[in-house]
Formats: sequence, C-alpha cells, structure tokens
Amino acid sequence: MGWFKRSKQNISPDSQKREIPDGQWVKCPECDEIIHVKQHELNLWVCHKCDYHFRIGSDAYISFLFDDGSFKEYDKKMKSGDPLEFTDTKKYKDRINETIKKSGMYDAVRTGIGKINDVKVSFGCMDFKFIGGSMGSVVGEKLARAIDRAYEQKIPMVIISQSGGARMMEGALSLMQMAKTSSRLARLADANLPYISIMTDPTTGGTTASYAMLGDINIAEPKALIGFAGPRVIKETIGKDLPQGFQRSEFLLEKGFVDLVVHRKELRHKISQLIKYMHQ
Amino acid sequence: MAKNTLDFEKPIIDLEKKIEEMKAYEDNLDIKDEISKLEQKVDQLKKNVYENLTRWQRVQLARHPERPYTLDYIYMMTKDFVELHGDRLFKDDKAIVSGFAEIDEYKVMIIGHQKGRDTKSNLYRNFGMPNPEGYRKALRMMKLAEKFNRPVITFLDTPGAFPGLEAEERGQAEAIAKNLLEMSRLKVPIIVVIIGEGASGGALGIGVGDRILMLQNTWYSVIAPESCSSILWRSWEYKEQAAEALKLTAEDLLQQKIIDRIVPEPLGGAHKNHDEIAKTLKAILKEELANLIKVKPEKLIQNRLEKFGKMGVYEE
Ligand SMILES: [Zn+2]
Repeated sequence: MGWFKRSKQNISPDSQKREIPDGQWVKCPECDEIIHVKQHELNLWVCHKCDYHFRIGSDAYISFLFDDGSFKEYDKKMKSGDPLEFTDTKKYKDRINETIKKSGMYDAVRTGIGKINDVKVSFGCMDFKFIGGSMGSVVGEKLARAIDRAYEQKIPMVIISQSGGARMMEGALSLMQMAKTSSRLARLADANLPYISIMTDPTTGGTTASYAMLGDINIAEPKALIGFAGPRVIKETIGKDLPQGFQRSEFLLEKGFVDLVVHRKELRHKISQLIKYMHQ
Repeated sequence: MAKNTLDFEKPIIDLEKKIEEMKAYEDNLDIKDEISKLEQKVDQLKKNVYENLTRWQRVQLARHPERPYTLDYIYMMTKDFVELHGDRLFKDDKAIVSGFAEIDEYKVMIIGHQKGRDTKSNLYRNFGMPNPEGYRKALRMMKLAEKFNRPVITFLDTPGAFPGLEAEERGQAEAIAKNLLEMSRLKVPIIVVIIGEGASGGALGIGVGDRILMLQNTWYSVIAPESCSSILWRSWEYKEQAAEALKLTAEDLLQQKIIDRIVPEPLGGAHKNHDEIAKTLKAILKEELANLIKVKPEKLIQNRLEKFGKMGVYEE
C-alpha cells in the first residue's frame, strides 16, 4: 500500500507546485531541472531534460489520449457504501468524504467511452490521489461495467492502472473485485475483443494481480514501479537490499511481463497502432 | 501438546488435565462426585469460550498447527489419490499440492495450499506460501481436469503468496491474475473450501469457483490483521482491532454474500477431532458435487460470472 509512504518519486506535480513560490514552476525530482507549468503541460508532464514521468491523474490522461470532446464519462458519482463500517485511526466514511472533497472524484477510477484517432474505445483510468488508487467495490464495479460496454458495443478496452492495490477498508469485498474484473475480461477475450492494459507508477498488489496483468498487450510507462508485493515487504522477507531497477518497467520488460515500455508522448499513437492490428 | 495451547483455551485444558489426574483415584466415591462436577464445569466453560470467540481468536484457531491441512483431508476423505507435480515450466512448488482422487463415487481433481507441521516441513512447504510456479501448477491441473471432465475442489490455507525477489521476477502477479481469468471460464464445476487462512490474492489465486465454503473457524480477507495493523495503525500492536474491523470470519463473509456455506467444526475447532471434521466436510462436498455436475458448462460459467459480478457494495 504505497500511498502511505512518500518517496521522492511519489511527489505529484500538485505538491511540487506548492514548493515553488509563485506557483508557475515545478522542479524535476530526478534531475532538479526547473520547468514552467505551461511548458510542463505541453510536454505531458514529462521532464524535457531527463524524461522523468511525473505522476498525473485521470483527467490529464483523458485530455491527451482522446479526440477533442469525444470522451463521455459514465457512473461518475458511484460512491463507496462502507460495507464493513470500517474504522482504523479514522472512520472510512470520513476518509471517503474528505477525499471526495479534496480530489473532486468520487472514487479511484474514471470510466467512459471516447475516440482515439476516430476509433471508439471503452476506457478506465485509475487515480492514485484517491486513497492511493486503491481498488474497492466502486473501482471493481465501474471497471466491470466498462468492460461490459466494450463487450456489448464490440469495441476495444483500455485500462490505465495507478494503484497501491486492493482497498483494506472494504475487506474481502475488495479482494473479490479482482475476481469480478478478471471474469469480465475472460468474457471479453472469448469474444476476441482487444484489451490493452497500461501500467503507470505505481501498479502493485491486487491491481497488478488482476486486470493490470491481463492485457492482450501490457504497456508500461518508463520507470514505473510494478509488482505484486511492495519493495519494503520483499526487502524485509529476504533481509537484503533490492537490486537497482527491481520491479521497474524496464525490469518487467526484461523478464517478459510487459510487451513494451512506452513514453507518454507516444502512448496515443501506440494504442492506435495496436488497435489497428487487433480490431477489424 | 502444551506448546500449542492458545491463551483462551488454557483454563479449559488446565481443568481437563486436573480431571485426568483425579481419575486415577476414581474408586473413591467423594472424588468421583468431584470429577463429575468438574466435568460439568468444563462443558460449561467450553460453551462459554467457544461460542463467544473474538475475531482475533478465530484467526488464532485458523492458524492452529494441529488443524488438518490439505493432504490430511485428502487422506481422510478420499481414496486412490494420485499426486501430480510441477508446472511444466519451472519447477514443482511444494506449497501447493494437487492430484486426482475419488470421493466415493466422484472422481475429482483436488488442489490445495499445503503448510508444514514443524520447522523442517514448513521450510519444505515454504509455510504454505506459493511462488508463481505454484499457481501455474494449479492452473495446469485445472486444465487437466477440464479436459477429462472432472470437477475441481480447491482447499485454501495460506498466509499469502510468497513476497520474494524471485517470485516477482517470475511474475507472481501475472500468475495469480491468469488463474482468476481462467478459473472464471473453466468448463467443469469448481468448489472452493477455506480450511484455514485465506490471505489475500495468494488465497484467491486458487479461489474462484461455483460454490465457496468456509470452515467455521477460518478467516478470509484482503490482508492479514497484523499487516493491516502495521499499515493503518502504523504499529503491529493493533491486530485485534484490525481483525474486528476487517470482518473476516465465516459468519462475516456469509453476511457479505461472498461465501455460500459454513462448514461446522467440532466444539473447540477442527484440530480437536480430525475424523469428525473430515466426515462433515466429505458429506457436504458430496452434496455440492451432486448438484453441480447436473449443470451444463455454459450455464456454470454464466452463473459464476454473475456470482462474482454481484459482489461489492456501492451507492449510485
Ligand atoms: Zn528531469
């Protein structure tokens, strides 16, 4: 559950902005380059000097992946029902309501249908800023419906993952979302409809162990953390430091679990290219 | 025996010991009277303790080292078991066992997590924590069962998928994900039984099926209470609270509509009477098999999709 740790790489553009006095500049955590926010946006929030991919939200992905004005969002206001009436140091209900206020989202995924270079696709995009992009009932249900829309309309499915894993506060119900989404993907696969999974930083736990790894094509953004167990847990288990680049996109490419690592600027084009070969 | 006594069981065990000692002097009438009084007391105590277990105490019972494990159930309930090994890709994972077996008239494929009972066997079994090859071995066996039209029974009992370096290198996440997808469209019936610990994706990796049964004193959740405590409370000290919050017992999961049925255990837990729990489970499995083998494959898969589709609670 990576959202409790704030490592250097985990600093979002939002929090970066706050550190620079006039709010017009961000600093690259990788190479310290100072970048103007306008330039940053034009460069799709990738450092123009070192190619560091800043973490961005679902609204940003929608803005540059889809043809202008073509994206229609579904189930926007679906909200967690707090089935366990869960409380840790805080009530889950309060945590949800505070996050809704702060993020402007109702849960950790946005779903809908839009056009990428004139081709209609069903789309889901997770958002780390909503309780660490954790997957609970809402994420599972919204993605299941999105996969069903792909199935019914015979269009490709694209999911962008950005998640610390299953949401603890919904207990076993969160776990079952892995089975729910995977079973819908099985039906989609049986209908020979393409599914492209895109993994961004970070994609771990139950998210990786279900829909994120089940793409006909698995794509990763450069240097994203992708794995099942978190690095800290593995380090504690083996009692050794982890090798450089372990569980990063390039490592998974080398080990054979992602098809390709794609620069954010190439993402839209690459999706189109692949859909051409897999659909009609 | 004593080393495996749980805290809340101690008063019971102490009393039982005392009765045992007194039985040497049973000829004495006074003592005989005293014994029967104590026996009544111990019965009452047992009822009090076992009918009011906290969720954390259930977790402890689920982990009791004298509980039957997968192979114990196989030996007690089936005949003519042929154990089959390996994923045909990398190696044979000892944390998952599998093979054909006969439960009276039913020929089935059984797949389950396997824990060890002492240090040596636990190391051999990796404490019941599979690597990717364990999940791939399980999938190979399911496909084998599908090919020859045999129902699949899986036994879940794991503290989790192994969080190791090589496990990640070989695609732990991919292995589990693929099983979820393939199990959801397997053409033969699948019965899932949680016999001990059902920890997270490591358990679910062999846990998609048509009927989900849970033994009375087991747990199943997205995370173990200790890990949940360490993340949400930032300390290992809140495992009792975490167990309560996670609502992870068989009764809880029945209420959450995740499982279909609870398998009752002997008073005090499955470890108190292996024969009894095996007999109970066998009868229930036969009943479930009788119903499931009548269902056509397409219907089976459609029902499975709808079953998991209904899981979840949200507001619109
Ligand atoms: Zn840079």
